[in-house]
Amino acid sequence: MKNNQQDHNNKKKIDRRDLLKGMATVPVLGALAYGVWRKNKLDHYRNHQLRQELNMSSVMPAEAKKVWDGEPLRLGIIGYGIRGKQLLKGAGFAMPSLLQNWKEQAEQNSDDKRYAEFKEQDDLNVVVNGVCDLFSVRVDEAAEAASNIHREGTDGSYGPQPRKYKNYQDLLQAPDIDAVIIASPDHWHARIAIDAARAGKHVYVEKGLARHVEEVFAIRQAIRETGVVFQLGHQGRQTDSYLKAAEAIEKGLVGDINLIEVCTNRNSPNGAWVYPIDQRGTRETIDWKMFEEPCEEKHPFSPERFFRWRCWWDYGTGLSGDLLTHEYDAINQIVKMGIPASAVSSGGVYFYEKPEHFVDEVREVPDVWNTVMEYPDRNFSLLYSATLANNRDRGKVIMGHDGHMELGNNLSIFACQESTRYKDKIERGLIDPATPIYSYIPGRKDVDAVATATEQYFAGRGLLYTYRGGRRMDTTHLHIAEWIQAIRENRQPSCDIDQAFEEGITAAMATISYRENRKVFWDRDKEEIS
Amino acid sequence: MNKRYSNPQLWMLVVLRVAIGWHLLYEGIVKLMNPNWSSVGYLMDSKGWFAGIFHDIASNPGLLQAVDFLNIWGLILIGLGLVMGVFTRAATIAGIALLGLYYLSHPALINANYVIPSDGSYIFVNKNLIEMLALGVLLVFPTGRIIGIDRLIFRKTAAR
Repeated sequence: MKNNQQDHNNKKKIDRRDLLKGMATVPVLGALAYGVWRKNKLDHYRNHQLRQELNMSSVMPAEAKKVWDGEPLRLGIIGYGIRGKQLLKGAGFAMPSLLQNWKEQAEQNSDDKRYAEFKEQDDLNVVVNGVCDLFSVRVDEAAEAASNIHREGTDGSYGPQPRKYKNYQDLLQAPDIDAVIIASPDHWHARIAIDAARAGKHVYVEKGLARHVEEVFAIRQAIRETGVVFQLGHQGRQTDSYLKAAEAIEKGLVGDINLIEVCTNRNSPNGAWVYPIDQRGTRETIDWKMFEEPCEEKHPFSPERFFRWRCWWDYGTGLSGDLLTHEYDAINQIVKMGIPASAVSSGGVYFYEKPEHFVDEVREVPDVWNTVMEYPDRNFSLLYSATLANNRDRGKVIMGHDGHMELGNNLSIFACQESTRYKDKIERGLIDPATPIYSYIPGRKDVDAVATATEQYFAGRGLLYTYRGGRRMDTTHLHIAEWIQAIRENRQPSCDIDQAFEEGITAAMATISYRENRKVFWDRDKEEIS
Repeated sequence: MNKRYSNPQLWMLVVLRVAIGWHLLYEGIVKLMNPNWSSVGYLMDSKGWFAGIFHDIASNPGLLQAVDFLNIWGLILIGLGLVMGVFTRAATIAGIALLGLYYLSHPALINANYVIPSDGSYIFVNKNLIEMLALGVLLVFPTGRIIGIDRLIFRKTAAR
């Protein structure tokens, strides 16, 4: 540089040429500023004005006020299998061995936040006074978890153990239990839930509500007559993007709905309910007679049936009761369409049809399943489509004449190119059918703006807002917490018996259609299936 | 003057400097104007040799806030420096460092798949690396004191 500018040696003052060359690139900033201004104007329209024109509110779903003080609520749990463990963890109690494992994992990998998050989970001010399972190993595990009141690993100090019950009837008679979590196999749901309500215990029952239509009616009757606080275990009720989705549907952002698509996509033995068989499960440790009691046809002792019960019609209803119900309840929460006028199901055992997948008998319930539900009064069809042998995520899509809504953890609404409502704005370039006209990302500070593409990508993978607030919310915990709060406030929670009734009847219609190979109808006025 | 550079050489070097400056400046402005912007997603998506360090930054709220602030203002100041040719050498070196960090957090490895879809095909060499190397070229072929405010600031030194 010095060499280059030797000829400047004898110049002392800044001359005109220096000024011109010194400032030569400054006007470039003007061009950039103009570009930024133009882009901002369009963004401002898309972010603020458009939302106002769409009439979407900018309020976040409010967090419910928590009332945890006073006497602890006394719980009992019936069924401590895979889901029972998750539910009790949602209530604040996990096995020391599990927490020990999480602690050790967190020491090795600082990204593993499971233990830290569980420690931070709200204390619901509850105690577990009774545990019950037909498999004695699980009764002991449940008791260990229930006594782990400080949420510690295997080296911790524990509280007193709850009473262990072999028979749920005895647990329901216990005077030191106010409410029960029921996580038994589906064929026991109705009897336990009805008996619990009749015994005056509040009920949280896992989905699907029941296997048969008659059971659904009987549960509703028992809950209505006893007035206990009832929650069905669809934790999707706590997904706050669904609340925004309901507002968007009500305000007609997608126009008249004509088709809704919901799906299940899994591809693992666990996802298809072909669970590991616990070798500790023997005639001595499992009460097989009790397990089979509600079955019309009895079977010889089979650990495979006990641990993989969802694969047989005697105990569950497969995709219909286990997973269609989740998707149905999510949409019912948003669109409030109730029980369909008709349902048709088809599918088959297409992947798990080989004997090597099973020990003694091949499964009965399909691994590929489609149900089409009709809502002529609302002018749309609801399609549920599932496979247990491929996990490509197909998401939930609500389609209307003016646009469609994509639902997951995030919510995005897109205008349709051929929409009537948005025609003018699309032509003027104010709306781009490829960019959301509205999006909602839970946890984000600002509802009043359309997320950038980058933000959508990161948030869609849970990389943005779960960590930002420092807390990742477990919806199962929130669902249990809502039920417990409802008990304290003497009201019904979000997935109450009316919602549960609609879920139960719909799933039963889908199951009947598949098993009887026919279209099934619902008469809303007479409340009858035909 | 400009004995070392021919006019086309000088012209291309300045255009390159201004273009990189423009890009970094706009990246900074966009982040500054978006109240929801945070580097957390980008950091959490880090892969490769130093991923652990970037994940740790993302999970520490205080550190994250500092990184966000430094990133936004780093981009804006480096961008302004390059466009206007003011403190060009410092801006160039800082730019190389910043782009180096971007590259190290998201290296174009054979097995690395990032959340944001790539706009092209890269193996080891990606656009962050190329932009960083282009700044390296500008560091050894400086132009700030010929076309740029540095010509006015460093006039005395240059005229020594």
